[in-house]
Amino acid sequence: MMQATADLPLWAAMLVSLFLLIGASLALIGAVGFLRLPTFYERLHAPTLGTSWGIGGVMLASMIFFTVTSQRLVIHEILIGIFVTVTTPVTFMLLARAALHRDRVAKNGKAPAKQDGP
Amino acid sequence: MSAVILFTAVSLSQMLLACAMAIASIRMFRGPRAQDRIIGLDTLYINAMLLLVTFGIGTGRVIYFEAALVIGMIGFVATVALAKFLMRGEVIE
Repeated sequence: MMQATADLPLWAAMLVSLFLLIGASLALIGAVGFLRLPTFYERLHAPTLGTSWGIGGVMLASMIFFTVTSQRLVIHEILIGIFVTVTTPVTFMLLARAALHRDRVAKNGKAPAKQDGP
Repeated sequence: MSAVILFTAVSLSQMLLACAMAIASIRMFRGPRAQDRIIGLDTLYINAMLLLVTFGIGTGRVIYFEAALVIGMIGFVATVALAKFLMRGEVIE
């Protein structure tokens, strides 16, 4: 491990640490909000913190680190970033639709009211 | 100097991500209904993916990136299949 990180310049180490800490703390904040918000439809919003800038920060840190240590452009982490950014709204829309359907069928009063028109 | 900074940041973010995974699994086990559990699983695998990429930065190996990519793809398919199951009661009609 030390061979890989010893020759890293100081600015790169600080940049990588900054992005890494931003990403990890946003993921933690999202998880805490996911635990503490009261209803399901509010809870749905919290984890997207981790999937937008959490993923973004950690992937930026990884890109900077491998680009500087291997002395060529390494941006394959952007694949994960694009993939998660595209798939998260799909997943959460599907889940929200499923929950809405279940709440309306069960008639337990948890579903938000239907709205007519825009 | 830069190795110390990097080591500290990597250890700290591993701790933060491990806390996030623990919180997500609390919600997954406790969640009042099935959809809460599914979102708990989703948050859990996203955080596991971030943890793997952080391991990759800590050790300087590229192999962790591929594991993270595979986790992301399979987790997406799993969550979509579970959501479809909640909505319809079966996955493939």
